[in-house]
Amino acid sequence: MVDPDYLKFDTLSLHAGQEPDPTTGSRGVPIYQTTSYSFVDTEQAAGLFNLEQPGHIYSRISNPTVAVLEERLAALEGGVGAVCTASGMAAFHLACATIMSAGNHVVASRNIYGGSHNMLNLTMPRFGINTTFVDPRDPDAWRAAINEDTRVLFAETLGNPGIEVLNVPVIAEIAHEHGLPLMLDATFTTPYLMKPIELGADIVMHSVTKFLGGHGIALGGVVVDGGRFDWAASGKFPTLSEPYDGYHGICFAEEYGHQALSMRARAEGLRDFGAAMSPANAFHLLQGVETLPLRMRRHVENTSDVIDFLEGNDAVSWVSHPSVGSHPDHELAKELLPKGAGAILSFGIAGGREAGRRFIENVQLASHVANVGDAKTLVIHPASTTHQQLSADDLAAAGVGEDLIRLSVGLEDPEDIIADLARALRASQKG
Amino acid sequence: MQLEFQGAIVNFATGGVQIDPSQPPVLMVHGAGMDRTVWSQQTRHLAHHGFSAMAVDLPGHGDSTGELLTTVPEMADWLAALIRSLNFGPVRLVGHSMGCLIGLEVAARHGDVTERLVLMGAAAAMPVHPDLLGAAERNETLAPQLMTAWAHGSRAHIAGNPTPGLWMRSGCQALLERASDGVIFNDLSACNFYEAGDIAGQVDCPVTVIVGSEDKMTPPKATAQLVAGFQEVDLRHLEGTGHMMMLEAPDQIREIVLAALQ
Ligand SMILES: Cc1ncc(COP(=O)(O)O)c(C=O)c1O
Repeated sequence: MVDPDYLKFDTLSLHAGQEPDPTTGSRGVPIYQTTSYSFVDTEQAAGLFNLEQPGHIYSRISNPTVAVLEERLAALEGGVGAVCTASGMAAFHLACATIMSAGNHVVASRNIYGGSHNMLNLTMPRFGINTTFVDPRDPDAWRAAINEDTRVLFAETLGNPGIEVLNVPVIAEIAHEHGLPLMLDATFTTPYLMKPIELGADIVMHSVTKFLGGHGIALGGVVVDGGRFDWAASGKFPTLSEPYDGYHGICFAEEYGHQALSMRARAEGLRDFGAAMSPANAFHLLQGVETLPLRMRRHVENTSDVIDFLEGNDAVSWVSHPSVGSHPDHELAKELLPKGAGAILSFGIAGGREAGRRFIENVQLASHVANVGDAKTLVIHPASTTHQQLSADDLAAAGVGEDLIRLSVGLEDPEDIIADLARALRASQKG
Repeated sequence: MQLEFQGAIVNFATGGVQIDPSQPPVLMVHGAGMDRTVWSQQTRHLAHHGFSAMAVDLPGHGDSTGELLTTVPEMADWLAALIRSLNFGPVRLVGHSMGCLIGLEVAARHGDVTERLVLMGAAAAMPVHPDLLGAAERNETLAPQLMTAWAHGSRAHIAGNPTPGLWMRSGCQALLERASDGVIFNDLSACNFYEAGDIAGQVDCPVTVIVGSEDKMTPPKATAQLVAGFQEVDLRHLEGTGHMMMLEAPDQIREIVLAALQ
């Protein structure tokens, strides 16, 4: 049997979206640090503004450096297109604003990043879009929460804070049974560990800030369009299936079909909301994506070593990561995440809130920051920082115990990471 | 735009412009397993440059309903009947791949409805690899994958989409994956069994043929055999372009098509 001779993942990580620069031969991706692009003539300018022909007009809408990253991330995800944004939150907002309007409704996992939760729970209702939050592990809860105004199901491939593994094929089927798309935040998995579109997701978004960039030096986001969802057939997405006065009556689904979402998100969303990624950030993020497969392999190996260490340490009362046998999604992770379930884990520290504080104050190599997915190991104790205003009961309701430490395992030598954790754990127990 | 024709819905992309019967009509016909959206880089341009541009979805493809037509001559008869029902007079036909075979048949047997032919990814015979045909018959994803792999030049496998943010390879694969079960097999079988004979010799209207140097589905040699049979033909070569040339080299195709149609 013949094979499709597609370029493989590691090759695409380095090459997709870029050819040597046609004028200078530059092998590296040049930073096109420009706001605007000279038109050849008025005819070409009119064609560009009217979506009759492709090209760059103004860097709020597209930029050649950013376009390389967009094409590369679409290639790695197996999506038909991608739109990069100033941050992960901007990507989430762009996707929502492109497919929804006032009066629409979202069904979302309750175990998502706090910023995304805030946007759905507090901010979007001001614009007439409401959300029902459900237990991501309960298919019946997803089904029950869908109503006639629902336009999207949203979850993270790996949730927060319990590193819940989303059963993507099951939730995608529920969405599709109802003529709805499934949108996933795949920040914690990256396309190296999971290809959500192949599993049934329709829209994938990332905080590119995290593992895709890998270095923690640049913010960015991306919306990847899976291209398999039929926007016109479902009849629920007028922004994609009805004529749009913003471009002389164009109907995105009629002209672009499977690429309607990518085209509208850029032509309207970047144009009007303006949360564009800067070319310099795209350049930095591209440097990270080049080594994504190498880094993710090492993140997963180091995570495994760190978990082995934590499980054998007396100051640690529990470890939560899908690779651990006691995790509720252990079997599902083996099926959906055969290359590993990511580098973010949480563990409980004996001695609760006070021991957690002492632990954080005694790590030396690990960095105490509000971020994840850096090349460097990061730690945070939510009960004494991000969630410090909450009572023990409120913390429990949020799924964040007083003893919970979140660790984002980096790429240092695992022996050094473990030595640092061991020292801080010892110190944490000396009250 | 949607019309009712022979008891089914026929769907067209018209570039977001209302069809104006006073403008010369252009009908664009897609290839096997695909739909109107393969012309997304040309339709709107033509629609804003003095033509009634209509990229059609063949029956059972894209958003057109109706039974699949199983042979190229049947597809051609359907298209000729559709053109007559539109009442615009003869049309300029633009075809890609299987759409070229349909265009050739229409021009040869229904010369009264054909003003001009523009063909890209064309050959008089389109034999299909048995592994591809088998995968298509079993409705396996391998079929869209193989078609996508072979339908693009080497450049399109890495980069170079002039539309910012779009990734060509998955675009083609997703388009083919959206085809209902049986569609790809139906079309590939129609191509595989089609015998053109001396069809080119029966075409009276002016013909433009565009050939991509890296086209593996209808290689330049196969296109050359077809071209040799025409009485009058304008042959254009595109360097480094594969079978999906209207997406791989949209600017050049737009220019050639616009010039050929005027
Ligand atoms: C899972 C997840 N999604 C989205 C975001 C938001 O991304 P950004 O900070 O790039 O806006 C974050 C990070 O902060 C995150 O961890």
